[in-house]
Amino acid sequence: MKDKNSGMTLIVKTVTRWTVLLIMLYGFYITFFGHLGPGGGFAGGIIVVLSFIHIILAYGKDFVVKKINENIAGILETTGGLLFLTIAILGLFTGIFFKDFLGKGKVFSIFSAGIILPANIAIMIKVGFGMLSAFLCLILFSSQQEENKKKE
Amino acid sequence: MIVTFFIILPLFAAFVNAIFGRIFRLFSDIFINIINFILLILSFVILYQINTNQNNIFVYKIGGWEIPYGISLVVDFYSVFMLLIVNIITFFVGIYSISYMQKYTEKWGFYSLFELMLAGMNGVIISGDLFNIFVFLEVASIASYALVAFGTEKDELEAAFKYIVLGSISTSFILLAIILSYGYTSTLNLADISNVAKMSNNYIVKITLFLFLIGFGIKSAIVPLHWWLPDAHPSAPAPISAMLSGLLIKTLGIYLIVRFVFNIFLVDIKILNILSYLGIFSMIVGVILALYQWDYKRLLAYHSISQVGYIFLGIGLATPLGLLGGLFHLLNHSVFKSLLFLTSGALEYNFSTRNLKNYYYVSKTMPKTTFSAVIGSFSIAGIPPFNGFWSKLIILFACIQSKNIIFGLVVILVSVLTLASFLKVLKYGFYRENNYSEKENNLFLVKKNIKEVPFFMQFSMISLAILCIILGIIIYPEVKQILISKTVEIIYNGDLYRNLVIK
Repeated sequence: MKDKNSGMTLIVKTVTRWTVLLIMLYGFYITFFGHLGPGGGFAGGIIVVLSFIHIILAYGKDFVVKKINENIAGILETTGGLLFLTIAILGLFTGIFFKDFLGKGKVFSIFSAGIILPANIAIMIKVGFGMLSAFLCLILFSSQQEENKKKE
Repeated sequence: MIVTFFIILPLFAAFVNAIFGRIFRLFSDIFINIINFILLILSFVILYQINTNQNNIFVYKIGGWEIPYGISLVVDFYSVFMLLIVNIITFFVGIYSISYMQKYTEKWGFYSLFELMLAGMNGVIISGDLFNIFVFLEVASIASYALVAFGTEKDELEAAFKYIVLGSISTSFILLAIILSYGYTSTLNLADISNVAKMSNNYIVKITLFLFLIGFGIKSAIVPLHWWLPDAHPSAPAPISAMLSGLLIKTLGIYLIVRFVFNIFLVDIKILNILSYLGIFSMIVGVILALYQWDYKRLLAYHSISQVGYIFLGIGLATPLGLLGGLFHLLNHSVFKSLLFLTSGALEYNFSTRNLKNYYYVSKTMPKTTFSAVIGSFSIAGIPPFNGFWSKLIILFACIQSKNIIFGLVVILVSVLTLASFLKVLKYGFYRENNYSEKENNLFLVKKNIKEVPFFMQFSMISLAILCIILGIIIYPEVKQILISKTVEIIYNGDLYRNLVIK
């Protein structure tokens, strides 16, 4: 029997290779157009991280954990939180906490609606990597338990 | 301007510490304690500013949005009083954790969660907006769930799970109440809600208030809703027990109940007396359950329930003297209960057990810990020169003033029972010289190995003990005027808050 950690069959792997970038792109779209249509940082972050989870399921955990382990995911998540706070503090420099210092811009263009877009991006990083680190922790914990069982 | 830093600084510290703390070992110790020290100074600055301010209130509009529409931060005397308590205790607990948390791995994670909890508590205190209060309440609660489970032993995980379930029940009640109140008043600003709630006599307002009381009642552990506390508080690491028992049940529970009942829903005094009955009930049940505990931290946790009862009794009387006594006891309880939890941590640090029967030769080997534990015990039992005596005396006078002689008798009786259980702690935990279950040689070996705890732990315990002694000065008129009189005024004249916020 094949090892569980090496992923699924060739068919699944091929399909994943084609679809993963589309999923990720859709996530970015939801984030970057959050102030113009439905969506926003939270939904976008979840969709972006779904593409990562897709890779983990299709290719096995080792493929991803080699590149992003739970430590890096944690640091990136924290960076997202810090970024959001920085946007709020930048408003403080212009007078008021959370002040909109970018201006309204042209209606229905991407760079409009002031700090909503940068805030959405910060939320995407925070939520996405938060979910990813939670998922990685679950995987690592269960594989560790299996190793312990084998040793016994 | 300065108001926002009470949220910014702890959040900033939590995130920065989560990045750099895992790389450099000493970073989190130094950085977090510097941040806590800055917050301590800021809370004194804001006390000075609000006393010199003409209107005696700061209203900060986040993002420049006007008041019923945007989010606002409101700091009045009551908020400043709570901010002072929270930041003083947090500073000392932070210093204590430098040495105590050495035996745990991932100390930076502890500090990040610690600062998140602080940010949540500060946010709840200074927020003037209903949904913002809910968000900060969740931040503080979720950080505390993780901190209770920090040791990841079997008992700790079980206690944390219990705590999560009951905490979630309480927040669902609060969320339901927020939904109802938003649906009825179509505003989330506290002052604006009070505008609507005052005019109407509708049953929805009463249901909302009832749901809020259940939700915050679980957080503050008054007796019919207290089951989670005796498991959750002892299982956490000692600094966190001190934070949970000293601050969390007060900011998330009592502070919000008082704010909602007096300032927002402007409740009738007859209904308020229910609170004092609940307080009496808590006092008796808590102290009787505490009497036969042998686990030091569990005993302290039951005493938290009993002392919270005192605070509710004072507040429920709804006279100026009763409110003064209740708030003063809130301040005192957070000081001496954190002190006692820290001493329990010091004993656990050396003996690695919480059972009172297993401690011996403590007074000889750890004199400074014993000194602070004695002062803490006498304060909680209400022995005259210490702070606990004065607040209990004021509550007693308030009971007699409002012609509730039986309440007064219960106050004295519970105080005596508290003294009895703490004499047990001192006798068995600190001043016992022989251990009947062990052999003589064994005992000698143990005695040789035990030393006084490290400097940082001694520093915070002794500082809190000194605070216990000097807090009695609040009853002097000058100090009372600065610190607590205006707070009582704001709570007692319920309309004052709304009139100050919306001019």
